[in-house]
Amino acid sequence: MRYTSTMVMSILPEILLLILGIILLVIEPFWKGDKRRNAGKLTAAGLFVIMALSIYFGRPNESTMDEVVFGGMIRFDWLAFFFKMMFVFSAAVTALFMMDHEILGKRGESYIMLLAATLGMNLMAASADLVMLFLAIETASIPLYVLAGFTVADKKSTESGIKYLLFGAMTTAVMLYGFSLLFGFAGTTNLYALADQVVTGQLPLGVALGLFLLIVVGLGFKVAIVPFHFWAPDVYTGSPTPVVGFLSTASKAAGFAVLARLFIIGFEGNLFPLSDLAYSWASILAVLAAITMTLGNLVALKQTNMKRLLAYSSIAHSGYAMIGLVALTELGMTSLVFYLLAYILTNLAAFGTAIAFERVTGSTEIKDYAGLSRRSPGLAIIMLVAFLSLAGMPPFGGFVAKIFVFAAAVQVNMIWLAVIGILNSIIGLYYYLNVLKVIYLYRMEGEDEESHPIPLTRPYALGLVVLSVGILLVGTLIAPWFGFSNEAALNLFKF
Amino acid sequence: MEFQFPILSVIVFIPIIAGVLMMLMPAERKNEVRIIALAAAVLALLLSIWVYITYDQNVAGYQFEEVYDWVPALGIGYHVGVDGMSIPLVLLTGVVMFTGVLISWGLDDRPREFFAILFLLATGVFGVFVSLDLFLLFFFYEIAVFPMYLLIAIWGWAKTREYAAMKLTLYLFVGSVIALVGILAMYFGSGLETFDMIKLEEANFSEHFQNIWFLPVFLGFAVLGGIWPFHNWSPDGHVAAPTAVSMFHAGVLMKLGAFAALRVGIMLLPQGAERWSGLIMVFAVIAVVYGALIAFMQDDLKYMIGFSSVSHMGLVMLGLSTLNKNGLTGAGVQMFSHGVMTALFFAVAGMIYDRAHTRYISELGGMGKIMPFAMIGFIIGGFVSMGMPGFSGFVAEFPIFMGVWQVSPWIAIIATTSIVITAAYILRNVRDVFFRPLPKKLEGQITDVIVLDKVAIFTVSALMIALGLFPIILVPMVQTGVDNILRLLGGA
Repeated sequence: MRYTSTMVMSILPEILLLILGIILLVIEPFWKGDKRRNAGKLTAAGLFVIMALSIYFGRPNESTMDEVVFGGMIRFDWLAFFFKMMFVFSAAVTALFMMDHEILGKRGESYIMLLAATLGMNLMAASADLVMLFLAIETASIPLYVLAGFTVADKKSTESGIKYLLFGAMTTAVMLYGFSLLFGFAGTTNLYALADQVVTGQLPLGVALGLFLLIVVGLGFKVAIVPFHFWAPDVYTGSPTPVVGFLSTASKAAGFAVLARLFIIGFEGNLFPLSDLAYSWASILAVLAAITMTLGNLVALKQTNMKRLLAYSSIAHSGYAMIGLVALTELGMTSLVFYLLAYILTNLAAFGTAIAFERVTGSTEIKDYAGLSRRSPGLAIIMLVAFLSLAGMPPFGGFVAKIFVFAAAVQVNMIWLAVIGILNSIIGLYYYLNVLKVIYLYRMEGEDEESHPIPLTRPYALGLVVLSVGILLVGTLIAPWFGFSNEAALNLFKF
Repeated sequence: MEFQFPILSVIVFIPIIAGVLMMLMPAERKNEVRIIALAAAVLALLLSIWVYITYDQNVAGYQFEEVYDWVPALGIGYHVGVDGMSIPLVLLTGVVMFTGVLISWGLDDRPREFFAILFLLATGVFGVFVSLDLFLLFFFYEIAVFPMYLLIAIWGWAKTREYAAMKLTLYLFVGSVIALVGILAMYFGSGLETFDMIKLEEANFSEHFQNIWFLPVFLGFAVLGGIWPFHNWSPDGHVAAPTAVSMFHAGVLMKLGAFAALRVGIMLLPQGAERWSGLIMVFAVIAVVYGALIAFMQDDLKYMIGFSSVSHMGLVMLGLSTLNKNGLTGAGVQMFSHGVMTALFFAVAGMIYDRAHTRYISELGGMGKIMPFAMIGFIIGGFVSMGMPGFSGFVAEFPIFMGVWQVSPWIAIIATTSIVITAAYILRNVRDVFFRPLPKKLEGQITDVIVLDKVAIFTVSALMIALGLFPIILVPMVQTGVDNILRLLGGA
């Protein structure tokens, strides 16, 4: 294999992540006591720098798109790049949110785990080979298992770590079985070579789709679609909240990045018109999407705990995002990427406010949020922005994202799916507004809010402001984000 | 191209900019917040008057247009412009915003947040009236919906606010998202890859397509217009809302529904409109008569006005459903006339409630002597409501009934009975609330309205009389808008 500069450029963010991790490992032991918080600062700042450097130097271009890098192990295209930037960004914000967590914040290991998971996700988005993909998924998952059970003194956290691990191992095993069968049938592990075989008929489409079903088990676990969602509420409730924020955004988006790449390849050459088989297969997934959002929303209605509410709401959001996926069109993929962008910003903001609230009050019960608008008007406004964006209201990002996925469904005549999505967003609006009602309308016991302020430390304030501005920018200046998403989606269709 | 002052964008964004400014002020500076609010409202009102005056009726069509790309890949543009149909509504919004600020001057619970959210709503409302792009229209439409939840839930009447706010928001959201499916279907069905309404007007959708999609689009938007049988949210919302919000809600927001139903439903899917106009007309006539009857039965002042709004908005829908020149013109004028009138009603009802702490007509009385100014305003509003000649209501309702007669005399006869019922409940109400001796319980509690209230009452009353005496100030303008609709309907 001959060296080319593309080889470095294609994994520039990952190289930098590794360097940052090493620096952190070396420096961290020298910090004692309160200074250990600096590890968080270093991580967050480092991640923002990595983002800036990668955007400046490491962008893909026309010539790198078709180049096979590392023997076809990874692709260097906009799809990978756009997702990588989203992961690095959410890791940076998560690092900010971790800083003032009483256990995560002062342990260098937690930041290193975060970096390792991000590295794995980056590779997930870029892999073009089953072996690489599997390695990437494991690299991303194992640190997350550790982080979920990080607060060992807390039984619930340990339990959620184990639960996450067991579910993860199980579903990964099924997926790996699918990989091995695919290799057995086709004799290659390269995704694009597999696609060619599907086109030429060497690998019967039926077999490919059947095996994809096994793979969907593993990825469905990552993105928490029904029926692979059972872990989510328990793990979300038990794990340290900053970790949950990361799990529910970056980890989910990584799963979708892989799904998108696999899907389009599975259907390559059969896109228009879809063969009956492919169509019925897409319909099965469409039904799964419909069930996912309906179940997530209906169960969310009954929740009294903020983290569980957000867990079910994030299941529901996986369902909405799936709409873009099953449309199997350029607009569908674009809307999926756009949806994930808006969702990452929004959900991180929602979890960020929950973390900030929990840090001061120690509670995650929704009823304890009463009087928040008087205790901390700033935090209340950010919750307003985040929850209205989750509910899909303008001028926030969630609104446009939802319209795009519904548009994708209407375009391919899946009007029933769009209607189910719309009915679901009505249910969603109901419980999101109920939370806002508690925040803005209800009073604390004793109506003595002024003497119970909720101070925001600097990292939270910074993270939350960045996220809210992001939500507004995505929701109003739609065109640039749509352009990026579209570039990313186009990569799936021409290779 | 010479530089044109982007007056419509300025009108649309003044409220939201003022809202952001207010949020940046410290919460204790309540008076400064109020002054910013008033300044923004006056500015928006003056600019909308300017648009009204300088609109060239000889040229007609869409004017003051601004076109910018927004998401060119999908054919989404920032395209605004006004025609004879929308200018009265922009003006109406300016008036209601101005009077709403005056009426809420005394609000003491978090006025900063109140005005900021109210102004966000105002931006949404202005935006819908000037949008010429479907995506933009829907964007502003949703912005106009959700602030209502917060305004009612936080500042509303403690007894029913949670229930009413949620009911209202869910109803409107359901309606709007159903319309959204229709909008998306139109976007893909046209094959033009644009959301621009002027281009979509020429899309020539197949008759089959129009027949399918007209109803979801029209009814989806008309929910906000209070169309029977989806009117149920409206009186509850009116009752629970604080005064300025009721004014906005009945005065402007309900027009939003009727206007969007007209712009998107009738204008873009004219054949569908012809196919279904009979059904809409039946719905509308039920709303007119049934709304009036229920209003007659109410003892609660605000419920009475709320149901009378349903009845009067029914007249707007009735006018729209005729699809002829008289009916559509009447509907256009009625939207303006009813907006001003109902804003006045709610303002006076709010003033009475603030002082008497009851809204039950049976417990009120003697207000005429204490607050004569409010009484005169209410009576003028009452005359408008009954459609008395010399007031704006007549100018609006007469053409509607003429238009309906052209289509179906029987419906016209049924609909006109509402005038009698309206007269009955308005006159009874005036007698009981203003002319009966003051109940013992209320003695000493009631004071006259303040100067700001008088300014608000005077502004809207003067408008109603002016329009009643000189229909020429509005009717020809609306007709220019109607001509365009008739052209799309195939020139009837």
